[in-house]
Amino acid sequence: MDNGQECTSGLSSTACDVGAVPAEEIAAICQTFGNDKHRMLDILRAVQDRYHCISPSTMDSVAAETGLTRIQVEGVASFYSFLSLTPKGRVTIRLCDDIVDRYAGLAEVVAVFEEVLGIRMGETSADRAFSLEYTPCIGMCDQAPAAMINDVVLTRLTVDTARAAAEALKAGRTPDHLISERYAELTPHERATRMVDNNIRHAGEVLLGPVPEDAGLDKAAAMMPSLIIAAIEESGLRGCGGAGFTTGHKWRFAAAERAEKRFILCNADEGEPGTFKDRVLLTERPHLLIEGMTIAARAVGANEGILYLRGEYVYLRELLEQVLEDRRRRGLLGKGIHGIRNFDFDVRLQLGAGAYICGEEGALISSCEGLPGEPKTRPPFPVNRGYLGHPTVVNNVETFCHAARILDRGATWFHAMGTEGSHGTKLFSICGDCLNPGIYELPYGHTVREILEMAGGQDAAAVQVGGPSGTMIARDSFHRKLTFDDLATGGAIIVFNGERNILEIVEYYMSFFVHESCGYCTPCRVGNVFLQKAIGKFRKGLANPEDIDYLKELSGTIIETSRCGLGMTSPNPILSTLQNFPLVYSAVTKPNKDRIRDTFDIQSAIDGARKIAKRRSYIFDRDFTQ
Amino acid sequence: MSDLPKARIATASLAGCFGCHMAILDIDERLIDLMQLVDVDRSPLTDKKRFTTRCDIGIIEGGCCNEENVHVLHDFRRNCDVLIALGQCAIMGGLPAMRNAIMHSDAPLRECLEEAYITGKYIRNTTHNVPNDPALPLLLDEVYPCSEVVEIDYQIPGCAPGGDIIFDTLSKLLTGKFRGFEREMIKFD
Ligand SMILES: Cc1cc2nc3c(=O)[nH]c(=O)nc-3n(C[C@H](O)[C@H](O)[C@H](O)COP(=O)(O)O)c2cc1C
Ligand code: SF4
Ligand code: SF4
Ligand code: FES
Repeated sequence: MDNGQECTSGLSSTACDVGAVPAEEIAAICQTFGNDKHRMLDILRAVQDRYHCISPSTMDSVAAETGLTRIQVEGVASFYSFLSLTPKGRVTIRLCDDIVDRYAGLAEVVAVFEEVLGIRMGETSADRAFSLEYTPCIGMCDQAPAAMINDVVLTRLTVDTARAAAEALKAGRTPDHLISERYAELTPHERATRMVDNNIRHAGEVLLGPVPEDAGLDKAAAMMPSLIIAAIEESGLRGCGGAGFTTGHKWRFAAAERAEKRFILCNADEGEPGTFKDRVLLTERPHLLIEGMTIAARAVGANEGILYLRGEYVYLRELLEQVLEDRRRRGLLGKGIHGIRNFDFDVRLQLGAGAYICGEEGALISSCEGLPGEPKTRPPFPVNRGYLGHPTVVNNVETFCHAARILDRGATWFHAMGTEGSHGTKLFSICGDCLNPGIYELPYGHTVREILEMAGGQDAAAVQVGGPSGTMIARDSFHRKLTFDDLATGGAIIVFNGERNILEIVEYYMSFFVHESCGYCTPCRVGNVFLQKAIGKFRKGLANPEDIDYLKELSGTIIETSRCGLGMTSPNPILSTLQNFPLVYSAVTKPNKDRIRDTFDIQSAIDGARKIAKRRSYIFDRDFTQ
Repeated sequence: MSDLPKARIATASLAGCFGCHMAILDIDERLIDLMQLVDVDRSPLTDKKRFTTRCDIGIIEGGCCNEENVHVLHDFRRNCDVLIALGQCAIMGGLPAMRNAIMHSDAPLRECLEEAYITGKYIRNTTHNVPNDPALPLLLDEVYPCSEVVEIDYQIPGCAPGGDIIFDTLSKLLTGKFRGFEREMIKFD
């Protein structure tokens, strides 16, 4: 029944006519990835890049080649926002619509693109030349407004530069040419730094100062694996991706698990809006990162690693591939590293495709397995059963870099920096209303005020620490310290001056979570929509005092009943502003007159029926005929 | 007890099936006890169409699907101290709110009316028109739970709520002893 029968769903007629892609071409793509269902994301990315659409017949072919069902393939294809079931333009322009970009002049830039290309946001031009889309933070927050043009990044867009770029594209220039006329002659590193500034404002002792090449790995190679783990434990290193789990313990757990295979995964998904520190490490310290992963492999006994790079950072792909290739050539990856028998380790690059949730470690593993990027139920934890069921260490880019440095300079050196419980340095990525947005490597323990002074953000009225899932603080809390125990952050520090509208910011952040929820848990999928709507009421001045209780109660339910960290933190923009900016809310609430709700608008509710009946309402409309 | 002034109660059925009102009658012989405590003012049970006086408690069955429902609900809110949403339709919209599920349409209301009166498979409507008598209230774009239109003080769950829970809640409210429902009463499975 299911073989040989043509699919006649309604989809096939509306979806792309590139459905006519010959099955052999699709088969060839699948072949490049060994027809391996676990490489589904790579396969579909390749299809998308080539045909700008994943059509129903393509999905059938992919399913046949990889031994999956069509619905499994469609599950992946429909999950990621960079993959599309309907045809997209040969050039897709994705503008970051984060609140930071909005405050940096996004609207004017959008207007220019729409005017020059003759399409609106969300549309594809009739000749399939261009698609215009919004996307959440692409990690260029220090140089907003920013956009991706296929694989190329444009930053600090102005009305003029946007017009020049749009016109050049319209005239048939390739996206590469927007960066340089001689793009082909540039090295990958030159290309990356032409597109994106590093903006390193303060180099610390550990990561961004001078770093001798592979010194950590040299030492680790001579050490017993258990001593490597002990050194990491002694250093006090905690994960830099947000959750702050003690890295040494994580490695120890993975090493202790009885298993034939173990995996090292690097989380370079960096999706939390306002975070862009990994971008800089990937550009400037890629060897240090792979060195750290290799040390972790040695420590836990892993032979394979995956570097999961967010789709938005595809412009760094060549650079990273080159680094991996270079290290393989020099015997720093591959078989018998450092001439040590059984020290075999290699890393593959896995690109994401536009999904914030894939930064959550379970979802990241799902994504690497070729599945939709949905978190996994815990336990089991990744260190026990992770990638394809094998013990897996997932660490952030910065965490691996620190680990390599610790092996070189020693645990005591690292432990001495920072504060009790938060040792070493941290990369802070600062953006928003400040004079010097960029990267600051500082020991843990600085106050927010100190950091604002360094960044020229003295006008700040509010600071979002840790991105939307973190905490929004007001001036009266600028004495608080950036540590795991006080204000924890994966790096993001977003500065807002007194002219910004707190409720507008909160509403944007809620829309971000609504967009990025994977949809598995109802409280997260539906609850965040309700929260966003409720904030809309406050913004329109239609909220009552009791709506504040509603916000708190619903937030509590979402936090308590969600499966993963996204749902557990998504109400934070609301909860932290309710706590730190209570007046912002109370100023716009008023009790209902006669206890009748202002939010219910009878005129708009009956408008449709009025048009259908072609008459006025005899209850709610005045009779003008009299 | 009998020297206390009796409480005044009003009830209305909006977008409901009248099942909740039938459930009020399921109080059975305890109705006699209840009547010692209350007078019923505006209500289908007394056939009084208007408030004759301000009431202590208003009981609403059904949500709002048309403008008249909204009008009645506003009237109840203005004339009752305490307003109770009785049953799933009043609390959440209930069965009538199924039409809110017509999404992805530019004109969901039109689509709904056309299916109900013209295009539906089993429709026999020789006029081929959507009824449009001036006496018919205009439909709302969606079916709204009562709490979206006015503030609601208490919700008695169920479809229909049992006679016991109605009797229990009312008698406790009347004697000032209502402290919310036991978990068993409001769980969904
Ligand atoms: C919704 C969500 C998004 C996350 N995004 C990232 C991310 O982009 N990068 C990252 O390193 N960790 C992210 N994390 C944390 C990871 O789940 C995991 O804790 C981390 O990668 C572990 O590495 P670390 O211990 O080195 O920080 C995210 C967590 C959640 C719940
Ligand atoms: S909490 Fe949200 S993002 Fe996390 S698994 Fe549930 S639905 Fe998905
Ligand atoms: S809740 Fe049930 S019984 Fe009551 S009106 Fe609605 S459908 Fe009828
Ligand atoms: S790139 Fe726009 S906010 Fe990060």
